[in-house]
Amino acid sequence: MGMRYEVRLSGEGGQGLVLAGKILAEAAAIYDGKNATQSQSYGPEARGGASRSEVIISDEDIDYPKATNIDLLLALTQESSDKYSKDLKENGILLVDSEAVTKLPEGNFNVYKVPISEIARSKIGKVVVANIVALGIIAELSTIVSIDSLESAVLARVPKGTEELNLKAFRTGMEVAQELLK
Amino acid sequence: MFEYAKYLRLNKFPLIWCAGCGDGIVLKAMLRAIDKIGLSNDEITMVSGIGCSSRLPGYVDFNTLHTTHGRAIAFATGVKIAKPEMTVIVVTGDGDATAIGGNHYIHAARRNLDLTVILFNNNIYGMTGGQVSPTTPVGKKASTSPYGNLEPSFNISGLAQAAGASFVARGTVHGAHMLEKFIEKAIRKKGFSVVEVITPCPTAYGRRNRMGTAVNMIQDLKENAVTLKKAAKMSPEELEGKVVTGVLVDIDKPEYTEEYAKLSEQLKNKVGVD
Amino acid sequence: MQSNQKDKVQVITGNEACAEGALAAGLKFFAGYPITPSSEIAEILSLRLPRVDGRFIQMEDEIAAMGAIIGASLAGAKAMTATSGPGFSLKQENIGYAAMAEVPCVVVNVQRGGPSTGLPTLPAQGDVMQSRWGTHGDHPIIALAPHSVRETFELTIRAFNLSEMYRTPVILLMDEVIGHVNEKVILPGPDEYEIIQRKKPDVPPEEFLPYKHTESCVPPMVSFGEGYRYHVTGLCHDETGFPTNDPVEIDRLLRRLNGKIEVHRDEIIDVKEDFLDDAKIGIFAYGSTARSARRAMLLAREKGIKVGMLRPTVLWPFPEKFVRPMGETCSHVIVPEMNLGQMAHEVEWATCRNAEVVKINRVDGEPISPQQILDKILEVAS
Repeated sequence: MGMRYEVRLSGEGGQGLVLAGKILAEAAAIYDGKNATQSQSYGPEARGGASRSEVIISDEDIDYPKATNIDLLLALTQESSDKYSKDLKENGILLVDSEAVTKLPEGNFNVYKVPISEIARSKIGKVVVANIVALGIIAELSTIVSIDSLESAVLARVPKGTEELNLKAFRTGMEVAQELLK
Repeated sequence: MFEYAKYLRLNKFPLIWCAGCGDGIVLKAMLRAIDKIGLSNDEITMVSGIGCSSRLPGYVDFNTLHTTHGRAIAFATGVKIAKPEMTVIVVTGDGDATAIGGNHYIHAARRNLDLTVILFNNNIYGMTGGQVSPTTPVGKKASTSPYGNLEPSFNISGLAQAAGASFVARGTVHGAHMLEKFIEKAIRKKGFSVVEVITPCPTAYGRRNRMGTAVNMIQDLKENAVTLKKAAKMSPEELEGKVVTGVLVDIDKPEYTEEYAKLSEQLKNKVGVD
Repeated sequence: MQSNQKDKVQVITGNEACAEGALAAGLKFFAGYPITPSSEIAEILSLRLPRVDGRFIQMEDEIAAMGAIIGASLAGAKAMTATSGPGFSLKQENIGYAAMAEVPCVVVNVQRGGPSTGLPTLPAQGDVMQSRWGTHGDHPIIALAPHSVRETFELTIRAFNLSEMYRTPVILLMDEVIGHVNEKVILPGPDEYEIIQRKKPDVPPEEFLPYKHTESCVPPMVSFGEGYRYHVTGLCHDETGFPTNDPVEIDRLLRRLNGKIEVHRDEIIDVKEDFLDDAKIGIFAYGSTARSARRAMLLAREKGIKVGMLRPTVLWPFPEKFVRPMGETCSHVIVPEMNLGQMAHEVEWATCRNAEVVKINRVDGEPISPQQILDKILEVAS
């Protein structure tokens, strides 16, 4: 079978993970011409509670749209790290918000600890763009989607008037990741 | 003399209603009102729920829709919104409109959708054999209140008024001419209109409560009816057991289908922006 | 990818595709009530319908929404409502009315976990039998189950077409996975699908019988206000539409109503067959579960196990004609479902128990994974 890349974005409700997943899927599907799905799982409440958003990217038709053997996991909270890391594959990428996740899951992973929310707050001035900062980091850590496509997808999806802010968040995320990868 | 036949499906006669039932008086008053307005048969959709009064649409030569118990106003909402030029009249009873269908009744009033509801209030579930209804007075007997009803009853006109109806009137089958006028006004009113008609059920209600013959019951209605004007001068004690008749509400306010049409026009003229 | 094609690529959810499909089919009236996980359908249509001379209304409850779409359909509008399990239960009363009075309408049920309030945000397939037998009395029904976003668009159009053609309520039985998954699609353009309108009478009003017994079992239909005044009732009625207690008329009516689906069964039924030619193990799967089943089938085939799959897009009427041969050629038929085995019973009788029906059931709010099905295939094969 062909290439299948699984991403799980996890945190709590209200952190914009569904939107981030949708942007990632659109970047892959619309701009890179691959196949992609995005799905989510959440509790009954609109805010709070452990939440996850999953993106599958493939060269072929995607049958099962849920992640089971994850290539890249983002965890923005301790609860989501505890709850959603079990499907991360060996040597998979684990990206955590280092301020929120202090206890890492056991396993043999490529771990990247970044104070994502803090960066959004101090460098961009708005914690709500932490999801886009995370996308910038993911763009560098994983080469599954091209940078140009992700940028285009971010710009097409964010609210009008916030393009610049979000682009800055995305590029800041990329720079942080480039430092990590040096 | 007014020719009722042009609005009737005479081949469906005789009527299902018992001898002495007041429903036929309402039917005739309604047809006279429709004729006065000059509506053709095709311009009217008549919708009903379940119960004795809800059998009325079967006898009239309009577009007729006999629905499920309590849901007449919900069905009528769909007809009216899909075809706003249609005159939509709902025929319903006290149990149908205010017990099982109570939610639809108050929300249609709140929306101020242009429906005319003719609500036959006979204080009982007649068709199913005389069970207690939301308008059975306290102490009255019904097949499911054999020791006398314990529950206070609804003021169903007041309910429509409080929920936002544009027109509310209450009449009795004794005052058939007054009824005709109320129905005419209700149909002409652009907005949610209710005409509550107090009508006797000698079979399932009167007999069980020893209220005499149908004629006695109508006589009682005559004696107990007081006009709004008269009622204003009476104390609550004096009004006990009386039926206050007259136009309770007659106001003009934005009607739902017209407001929606305006919105639709605005949106269509606005090019391509969300 | 060519740029003009790229412009048409979208990443949308099943709920969005359902709304788009309904608009493409000519939807003019939607009445609904908020309920997870179907609310997006109502939200999109509240935005779109007033722009295309359609009407959207949020009713006071689920029952009213179902009643309103029947009223609108009788007034000539293509009408739809959307809900999930708890609301679907409430709609059953008037679904029965639409079946009895032969009013075309589409009822979307984006299934979530039940019974009762159950699991509002998690998937299930527990309403399969309720779709068939949810309302009282013997009644005709058609239910469709899409397995992808694109197919949701297509089956929504088909739901309207079938309801118009056979004058019957049609259930679009989605599930939370399909309702909420974002998927890459290029939606077909208007010249790529057929839109069917209800058949009008070819006789003048005085000769019109609204519930005439015809060979096709489907009488022509007029809208209120078109000069053919007639009576519509949920009571048993004769050809004129008026209530009757005549046993002959009642029997004729009930047999015709149900006969509508029987007579046209072959035109209504639709199944997708995959690798069934040489299959020794069959899978019967529908909705989002069919996606897991397909992956499991492909993985098993890589291991040299001859697995094939039957995926009905129409659940009701049940496609027994296609299920029966599986019983003859396969030793086992695996039926994965997000319920405790509702369709498995149908598969059992349809295969005449020639093959062993193996159930995979999940009711914990999690979808059935490909691995779970693959494990069962390996177990059965050994």
